[in-house]
Amino acid sequence: MTAKARAATLILLALTLAACKREERATRLDPPVAEALDKVAVLPVGIGGRPPEVYPALGSPYRSNAYQLSQGKRLYEWFNCRGCHADGGGNTGPALLDGWWRYGPDAVSIFVSIRDGRPNGMPAFRDRLTTEQIWQLTGYIQSMGATAISVAAPSRSDRMQSRPAENRAPATFPAPR
Amino acid sequence: MSDERPPHDLRDTMLAEASLAHGLTRTWRTPAGLLGALSTVDHKIIGRRYIATAFVFLALGGILGLLMRWQLARPEARVIGPDLYNQIFTVHGTNMMFLFAVPVMEAFAVYLVPLMVGTRNIAFPRLNAFSYWVYLAGGILLWVAFILDTGPDVGWFAYVPLSGPQYAAGKRADIWAQMITFTEISALAVAVEIVVTVLKQRAPGMSLNRVPLFVWSMLVTSFVIILAMPAVMVASTALILDRLVGTHFFNPAEGGDVLLWQHLFWFFGHPEVYIIFIPAVGMISSMLPTFCRRPIFGYLPLVLAVVGTGILAFGLWVHHMFTTGLPRMGESFFTASSMAIAVPNGIQIFCWLATIWYGRPVLKTPMLMILAFFFTFIPGGLTGVMVASVPLDTQVHDTYFVVAHFHYVLVGGAVFPLIGAVYYWYPKFVGRMMSERIGRWVAGLLLVGFNLTFFPMHILGLQGMTRRIYAYPEEMGWGGMNLFVSLSAVVLAAGFLLFFIDVFRAARHGPEAGENPWGAATLEWATASPPPPYNFARIPVVRSANPLWDSPDSLPVATGLRVDRRELLVTSVTEARPEAREASPSDSIWPLIAAICTCSMLLASIFTPWAVVWGMIPVAAALTAWFWPKGSPEEEA
Amino acid sequence: MPRPWLLAIGLLCTGCSSNWQSALEPQGDVARHLDGLFWLFTITAVVIWLAVMLVLLLGLWRRARLPQAVADRRAGIAVGAAVAATVVIISGLTLASYLATRPLASDAPDALVIRLRGFQWWWEATYQDEAPDRGFLTANEIHIPVGRPVRIELAAADVIHSFWVPNLAGKQDMIPGRDNAITFTAQQPGIWRGQCAEFCGLQHAHMALLVVAEPPEAFDRWREAQIAEARPPADEVEAEGQRLLEAKACSACHTVRGTTAAGTLGPDLTHLGSRQYLAAGMLPMTRGAMAAWIADPQGVKPGNNMPMVPLTADELQALSAYLVSLK
Repeated sequence: MTAKARAATLILLALTLAACKREERATRLDPPVAEALDKVAVLPVGIGGRPPEVYPALGSPYRSNAYQLSQGKRLYEWFNCRGCHADGGGNTGPALLDGWWRYGPDAVSIFVSIRDGRPNGMPAFRDRLTTEQIWQLTGYIQSMGATAISVAAPSRSDRMQSRPAENRAPATFPAPR
Repeated sequence: MSDERPPHDLRDTMLAEASLAHGLTRTWRTPAGLLGALSTVDHKIIGRRYIATAFVFLALGGILGLLMRWQLARPEARVIGPDLYNQIFTVHGTNMMFLFAVPVMEAFAVYLVPLMVGTRNIAFPRLNAFSYWVYLAGGILLWVAFILDTGPDVGWFAYVPLSGPQYAAGKRADIWAQMITFTEISALAVAVEIVVTVLKQRAPGMSLNRVPLFVWSMLVTSFVIILAMPAVMVASTALILDRLVGTHFFNPAEGGDVLLWQHLFWFFGHPEVYIIFIPAVGMISSMLPTFCRRPIFGYLPLVLAVVGTGILAFGLWVHHMFTTGLPRMGESFFTASSMAIAVPNGIQIFCWLATIWYGRPVLKTPMLMILAFFFTFIPGGLTGVMVASVPLDTQVHDTYFVVAHFHYVLVGGAVFPLIGAVYYWYPKFVGRMMSERIGRWVAGLLLVGFNLTFFPMHILGLQGMTRRIYAYPEEMGWGGMNLFVSLSAVVLAAGFLLFFIDVFRAARHGPEAGENPWGAATLEWATASPPPPYNFARIPVVRSANPLWDSPDSLPVATGLRVDRRELLVTSVTEARPEAREASPSDSIWPLIAAICTCSMLLASIFTPWAVVWGMIPVAAALTAWFWPKGSPEEEA
Repeated sequence: MPRPWLLAIGLLCTGCSSNWQSALEPQGDVARHLDGLFWLFTITAVVIWLAVMLVLLLGLWRRARLPQAVADRRAGIAVGAAVAATVVIISGLTLASYLATRPLASDAPDALVIRLRGFQWWWEATYQDEAPDRGFLTANEIHIPVGRPVRIELAAADVIHSFWVPNLAGKQDMIPGRDNAITFTAQQPGIWRGQCAEFCGLQHAHMALLVVAEPPEAFDRWREAQIAEARPPADEVEAEGQRLLEAKACSACHTVRGTTAAGTLGPDLTHLGSRQYLAAGMLPMTRGAMAAWIADPQGVKPGNNMPMVPLTADELQALSAYLVSLK
C-alpha cells in the first residue's frame, strides 16, 4: 500500500508541475500588471530586447498556457491577421510558419511588431488591442512557427482548413505542387 | 500434511465435508500479502473492491454537489467562479454516471451473479481483475485532473463545438474523452463476463425460468452495455481525433456535423440511464419477495418487461434533441417510443404492488428503501413522460425541471434501491448485519432530504432557471427557493453520511449474520457469510425459482468436480443441463500489468498520437505474458 | 453581494416581479398552448401518483391471507387492468402531445422576421427589410409588435446556444452549420426575459436577452429610432466620449453608426442607451453601471471577450456618459 501511495504521490507531483500552469484560466489581469507588461526593453534598431521583469514573474503564461494561447488564436482571427499573413503561410505579409523572422524570433520583437507596426504595411495595433491581448497574440504566433510540439497549443479551427492543425509540429505547409 | 501434494485428479466425491472444504480452500484461496491482493481473480474480492471504490466516488461526487449548492444558495454569489463551477458540474455528472452509477451496478453483479447462479467464479476472472484496474485508473485520472485544475469543463455530455478543438483550450476535454474510454473498457469487459456467466455457468437445473430476477436484469443490462457503449466509444474517439490530429468529424465547414455528436452520444446516453436503472429494478425484484414473504408476483411479465425496457431503450435517444430542430414527424415518432417505455415500467410497478398487496410485508430497512423508491421514482417516471412530449420538452429542456427529473429517476430509481441492496446484501459481503435503527434514520433522511432538495427544482425550472448556470441575478426571484434547496441538500447529505457511518460501524460491531439472516430464497444465501473462496463446497442443483424456500432443509447437489484445480460446471443455455467441467483461471499479476500498460498508452495518447503506436508494444507484451502457459493444473485440457 | 437598487430597477422596468422568465405565466400563443398541455400532463401525473401511493399504503396496511393460487389470479386481473389503463393514458397523452405539436409548425406569411445570432455570450439581432437602408442591427434586446407573428431565425456564430423566452414560446437551439427558426405571437404588451439554455462556456449564466412586446405604433416608433444613426453628442463631455470611443480600442470591436467606430466583433452600440440592460442582461443601463462595466469587464463577467482598456477616471466618465446617451 505504501509503495502504491508513494508512486501516486510521485505521479501527482510530476503532473502538478506539468499541468497546473498550462491549464489555468486567468481571465483578469490587474491593471498595474498590464501596464508593467507594456514596458518592454527594445534595442535601438527595434529588433530584439528583453521582456519586462513581471513577464517571467507571471510564469511566462502567454507561451505555455493553453487558455492564453487560445485567446491569441481567437484574436488572430478577429483582428484579421489572416488578411495579410493567411493562416501563417504568408500572403501580402510574411509567412509566420517558416521559421524566418524579419525582425527576430523572440517574443519582444513580435510584441513590438504588433504594438508599434513595421515598415511596408504592418499596422500598429497599439490603439486597437490591449497589452494583454498583444501578448496573447505574440504567444500564439510564436507557437505557430514552433518547431517543437507544444502540448498547450490550440488545435484546428472549426472552418475550412488551409494548413495542418496547429498542434501538429513541426508546423509546415505542404510543398506547392 | 500441507507439503503432501494431493493425488492427481482428486474429485469431490472422494472427500468428506471437512477435507473437501480444506482442499477447495487451498485451490481457490487468494494468497496473503500485497502480491496476492494484486493478483487475485476472486470475483468476491474484486466485487467488493469495485463496490467500495464506487461508493468513494459517490461520496466525492456528493461533495461536489454540495459545493454547487453552496454557490447557488444566494443570487450572484461569488463563492466559486465560473471556471471552477463548470469543472465542478462536469466532474459531478461524469463521476456519478461513469464512475459511480454504472460501475456500482456492475460491481454488485460481479459479486452476486456467480453466487446467485451457483457457480464458483465469474467467467473470465482475469478480465474481471483487468476491468477493475482500468476502472480505478479512469477514476484517478478524472479526479487527479480535477485537482490539478484540468478537470473537464464542457458538461458531462461534452457537446461539440464547445468541447471541440477551437473552443475547449488545453487538455480538459481530452481528459473527459479519454476517461470515457477507460470506463467503457471496464464496463464492456464486465458485461461480457456476466453474459457468459449467466448463460453458461448456471447451477444444474436453473433453467431460464428459474433464474433470479436480479440475474435476469443484469443479463439484459449487459447486452445493453455491449450494444450501447460502442456508440460513445466512436464518438469520444472521433472527438479526440478532432482535437488531437485535426480530423473534421464535427466541423461543419469541412463536411462534418455537430449534431452527429449528439446522435452518437445519446444513442449511448439514453440506454445508459437504463444500464443504471435495470439493475436497480432487479434488486427490487430480488429483495421484495423476502420482505413480503411470498414469491414475486408475475415472474414472466417482469422478465419480459425488463427485456422490453432494454430493447426500447435504444429507440428514444432523440428525446434529448427535441430542441435541435429535427423534422417534426421524426420527433413525434420518438415521443411515441419514449412514452411507450412507460408501459414495461408500469408492468413492473404493478407486479411489485401486487406482491406487496398479497404478501405479508415486513418493514426492514431494505423494504423501507423500496418504499422510498416507490414514493420518489414514480414522480420521476411521470415527469419523464412530460419530457418525452416534444412540445412540453421545448419548455423544460435544459432547465432545472430536467435536473429534478433525472435526479428523481436516478437517485429515486437507482440509488434508493441500491442503498436498500447494501443493507440487504451487506451481511453476505461482510458476515455482519447493519443496524436497523440507523437504517430507519438513513431511509428517513434520504427520503425527506432528497424530496425537499429536488422537488423545488421542478418549479425553479418552470420559472425559467436554466441548467449549468453558476449565478443568477437577484431580480429573477429564484433566491428563496434556491436557499431552501441548498439547506435541504444538507439533510440529504446527512442521510448519506449516516449510511457511511453505519457501513463502517457494522463491519466491526454488527451482529453476526449467519448464512441466511433474512430468510431469503435465492442461492447466494445457501452458503456461508461471507462466502468461502470457492463459494459452494458442492454445486447446488436447482428445482424451482425459489430454491431455499422450496427445499428448506438441504439442497440437492451435483458432484464430480475436481478439487485439486479450479474447476466449475458449464451448463446449457436454456435448460442448464450439465455439459462439461471447465477450468477457471488461477490468480495472475498480469491483468494488473496489462491494465497499467493500457492506461499509460491511453493517457499518453492525449498528448501525442504516437503513443498509440509505441504504447501497443508493452500492451502486447503484457497480454502475451498473461496468456503464456505456465504449467498450472488449470491449463490441462 | 446584495444589490437592492438592481432589484428596484428590475421591478420598475418590468412592472412584474419574478415572472418575466417563467413558463408558468404564458403571454404568447405558443406558450399558452404549452401551458395547457403542461397542466393536462401534470394533473394526470398527480392522479396516477396518488393512486399508486394509495394502493401501496393499503397493501402495507392490510393483512389478507389468501391461498397463493387465488391471490395470483386476482393479482393477474388487477395488473392486467392497470397495464391496459397505462396504455390508454399513454396513448392519450401521446395524441395530445402530437396535436399540440402541429400548430407550432405553422408558418405565418406576414410574420416579422428577425435574424438572431448567438455569440459567446451575447445575442445579435438583425431586423431585415425589403429596403436595404431600413434594415438594422441591434443586440441583447429585441422589440416585437403585439399581435403579429414573429419569426426568429436562429443561427450560432461559435458554439451551440439556445433561444428561450419561456413566457412566449418553448426553446429552439442555435447550432453552427444549421438554420433553425421559431414562430410565435406575443398576445399582450410586456417585457420578457430570455436566457441561453444550452451550456455555452464560461459566461453561459449571463447570456440573457430582453424581449419587449409593444403595441404596433410603439414598435414602429422604436424601429424608426433604431434605423436612425446615432444621435450626436449633446455636450462637451459626450463629445469627448465619442472621441475616445473612436480613438481607443472600443472601435475595433464595436460599431456606432454615424461615427468612425465600425468594429463588428462585439455588439452594435448605435442605440445602446435605449436598451434596458447592459452586457447581455448583466447590469442595468445606468451611467454608474456603464462605468463599472467598462472599467473592469473581467471583474463583472469573468471570461467574457471584452478586454479591460486602460482609461483615466475622466475618460471613463466621458465615455460612459456618451454611451448611455445613445438613446
